[in-house]
Amino acid sequence: MRRRRSRRRVNACEAGFPNSVEMFSRLKNKVGEVLLPGDEFCFDTDDTISLTESVKAEKVVCGPGLRRSGDRLVVCKSGVLRHKQPNVFWMDAQQKRYVPAKGETVIGIVTTKSGDVFKVDFGGSEQASLSYLAFEGATKRNRPNVQVGDLVFAQFLIANKDMEPELVCIDGSGRANGMGVFGAGGLLFMVSLGLVRRLLAPGSEIMSDLSQLFPCELVVGMNGRLWVKASSIQRTLIVSNLLQSCENMTATQRRELFKRVAQGAL
Amino acid sequence: MTSFTCDESVSLCEGNMMEVCGSTDSCLREFGCEQSLLSRPDGSASFVQGDTSVLAGVYGPAEVKVSKEIYDRATLEVLVQPKVGLPTVKERSQEQCVRETCEASLLLTLHPRSSLTLVLQVLHDDGSLLSCSLNAACMALMDAGLPMSCLFCGVTCAIDADGRIITDPTAAQEKESRALLTFAVDSTERKVLMSSTRGSFSVHELQQCIAVSQKASEKIFQFYRDSVRRRYSKTL
Repeated sequence: MRRRRSRRRVNACEAGFPNSVEMFSRLKNKVGEVLLPGDEFCFDTDDTISLTESVKAEKVVCGPGLRRSGDRLVVCKSGVLRHKQPNVFWMDAQQKRYVPAKGETVIGIVTTKSGDVFKVDFGGSEQASLSYLAFEGATKRNRPNVQVGDLVFAQFLIANKDMEPELVCIDGSGRANGMGVFGAGGLLFMVSLGLVRRLLAPGSEIMSDLSQLFPCELVVGMNGRLWVKASSIQRTLIVSNLLQSCENMTATQRRELFKRVAQGAL
Repeated sequence: MTSFTCDESVSLCEGNMMEVCGSTDSCLREFGCEQSLLSRPDGSASFVQGDTSVLAGVYGPAEVKVSKEIYDRATLEVLVQPKVGLPTVKERSQEQCVRETCEASLLLTLHPRSSLTLVLQVLHDDGSLLSCSLNAACMALMDAGLPMSCLFCGVTCAIDADGRIITDPTAAQEKESRALLTFAVDSTERKVLMSSTRGSFSVHELQQCIAVSQKASEKIFQFYRDSVRRRYSKTL
């Protein structure tokens, strides 16, 4: 199976707390627990500072769903608290609407062609712009062949709440790196953002289960859009139905289903 | 679908808080909730309190009409659809109550120039409709993953002719009541975010009702937590 994916970068804010060793352990204690908006991590500032021991202030990096408010850390999305070494924390939430973040790769649909930019719908609150020069090997003379309605796999160059999002189909060194316009065939469908993150997680169980079934080409956009192409239409549909049903299944249920399909429900 | 029953009545006897036990019947009806039951909206929830039932759907952050665009925050639109017929003045006032509560708890500045639409479909009204709508709205907003500074819940109190406070009244109890008060309570400080009242009552009664609502809100917030935990149990 060929899989195009890129490293996911967390839209993070760094919160350096004066006494963050304590904050760190409090956060650590809650990893894997379900938290609701309004839950707080506050820490009591120590009035006495040890003069003999050097207190090393650790920084805590807050990803999506966590906000710093004064001397407290407030949860603003319901979900499961996750942790990544050494000091990254974020809320893992099941949601359907995509909010763009810089560096994330998405599957977009070209909606209009105006002058030197394409407008791309990626399922967010506004359309992103994609320059015709932001393709591999594109020059002013040599325009890429992109039509309205085409699918593109691109990454965000600009994504913040105050500016129009901008997509590019090249990486920093001008290479396509898996991005660009999709070829003919294949099937595009939507899943929840939580499932997409589970698919893209390193060593994903769903991916390894799926790769044992039959060869297929799968493109995963962080915006909840998946594109599948297998050797036949039937197989493409099987893969798409399997992935959509993974949404609400436990690991054992999923393994059971994949086993049944592998045994020849085809 | 998760549901929760509370049989014991709430009694407030601690410290200098108002004594409301004995004369009040402050038990909530059985309530239940289901999240993300609709496929099209970005977040949805149904909330059932006794026979009152409301279905909520949230869309957004989505593209906004230029006329409704606010440059530094998201535009929140709340639509209440009655069980039959077209929305009337009553629904309009409910829309405003829900919208103001949601605006107080949502962090709208994180999604400027976008629109949030909350649709509340009344499935059945057997009293405490506004509080049920508020609860459904909160669950749906949570399901949509919108950034919120705190949660909120709605509690309706009815004061009957004898001056007894009934929380979460049925339609019949509402009809007999002298006054009907609905409060939206936030989850962090248990403060009143919104109040909607009808009928006549004294200041003392108002404070009693707020105290009862704050006490009852704890149960609802605990239920929210259990319900969300159950929802995420498969991905833990």
